[in-house]
Amino acid sequence: MEIPYTVKPRPDTGLYNAKLGIWLFLASEVMLFGGLFSAYILLRVGADLWPHGMLSIPIGTFNTFVLIASSVTVVMSWASLKLGKLASFKLYMTLTIACAFGFLGVKSYEYYVKFTHYDVWFKDDATAQKYFTAAYGEKGEADVRKHFVERFHLHNTKATYDPHEIQLAGHIQGNPLFASHKTLAKAKTEKIMFEPDPKFGSHDHPKAIEIPVSDVKRLSAYVPAHSTYFAIYFTITALHGLHVLGGALVLGYFLVTADKWWKKAPEQFANRIEVGGLFWHFVDLVWIFLFPIIYLL
Amino acid sequence: MSHDHSHSHGPGQACDHGHDDHNSPEAIQRTIKKYLMVGGILFGGTVLTVAMYYVHIPSVAMTIAVALLIASVKAAFVAGVFMHLSDERKMIYGILLCTVFFLIGLMGLTIWAMHDPPMQTLIDGKPA
Repeated sequence: MEIPYTVKPRPDTGLYNAKLGIWLFLASEVMLFGGLFSAYILLRVGADLWPHGMLSIPIGTFNTFVLIASSVTVVMSWASLKLGKLASFKLYMTLTIACAFGFLGVKSYEYYVKFTHYDVWFKDDATAQKYFTAAYGEKGEADVRKHFVERFHLHNTKATYDPHEIQLAGHIQGNPLFASHKTLAKAKTEKIMFEPDPKFGSHDHPKAIEIPVSDVKRLSAYVPAHSTYFAIYFTITALHGLHVLGGALVLGYFLVTADKWWKKAPEQFANRIEVGGLFWHFVDLVWIFLFPIIYLL
Repeated sequence: MSHDHSHSHGPGQACDHGHDDHNSPEAIQRTIKKYLMVGGILFGGTVLTVAMYYVHIPSVAMTIAVALLIASVKAAFVAGVFMHLSDERKMIYGILLCTVFFLIGLMGLTIWAMHDPPMQTLIDGKPA
């Protein structure tokens, strides 16, 4: 049975069916991401502390350029088909898919960096002060507080925080993924070698310090369980990443079956590319809002 | 190896929604220039957004407003030109109008919720 209105517009809608279908789907996607954006606003406005500068802006900017480039190439691939140039279509579509996987590769690297970066909170004030001094010297507490104030933009607030409420950030030697206080205890790890982040405004890494797990109140990598900030960050960006992956797979399928479709039904094939492209542009559009909201604001 | 089919059965003359002139090779060539121009605008908009972050506007409200304004302009170009919304069928505009209505409702509920904290957690207007 032939599928109706794959090329010619349906008289009542004025559209070929796939186009109507993709727009209805995109409408539901707007509500899906809209729900997450509204959750982000609600969580951020309601939070006592909200971190800043946790993500690399050059990396985020690079990925934004990659997605924009892919949006241009996908629309050029469609235009190439409309001009009857299959070879150009293949070139542009290959570039689009390369951009998609480039974006995912960079995002994976960003995730890896987060999954191996840790915050440690100590069991009491005296213990915290001991390790702040061990990490940064005599004025260690002031250095850790400086990090804390900059991270949470607390310059103009009068709120005070005890040393045990302030985290020491850095890496565990060996760069383990997803370690937590619980997993260390379960593995009967007695101590960790912790490499604190450089002082604020410096690039020099202090020496690693030995921390017995018994002195730690909480230890968490920058994973969703770390904080509301990372929970919403990973939820939205991972969902967006899945859309990129899904889109790349569908566009990849169109690319590898291009010759067959071009011979069999070139107009229907061009319409398929248009529909795939509409989804791809939507993914780009979501990122256009995500990038400033998550990386810059 | 790939082959161009421009002489055999390219869909250049076909119409996706009855607009023959919009799908003629000449019209597509003109549109390609537009696509490249919009690509340039999107790159420029991204540079502007990042520059705004480093310039550091003192007012938080102004920073948010400018960032969202630039993002909205970029989104309008993507939707209008790349997604062909500047010249689409009424049916699609109808779908999007419904979407915008519900999206505004969703965001409105969010803003409403911010001003409607559960009262049992407050004692004399202060958190318990």
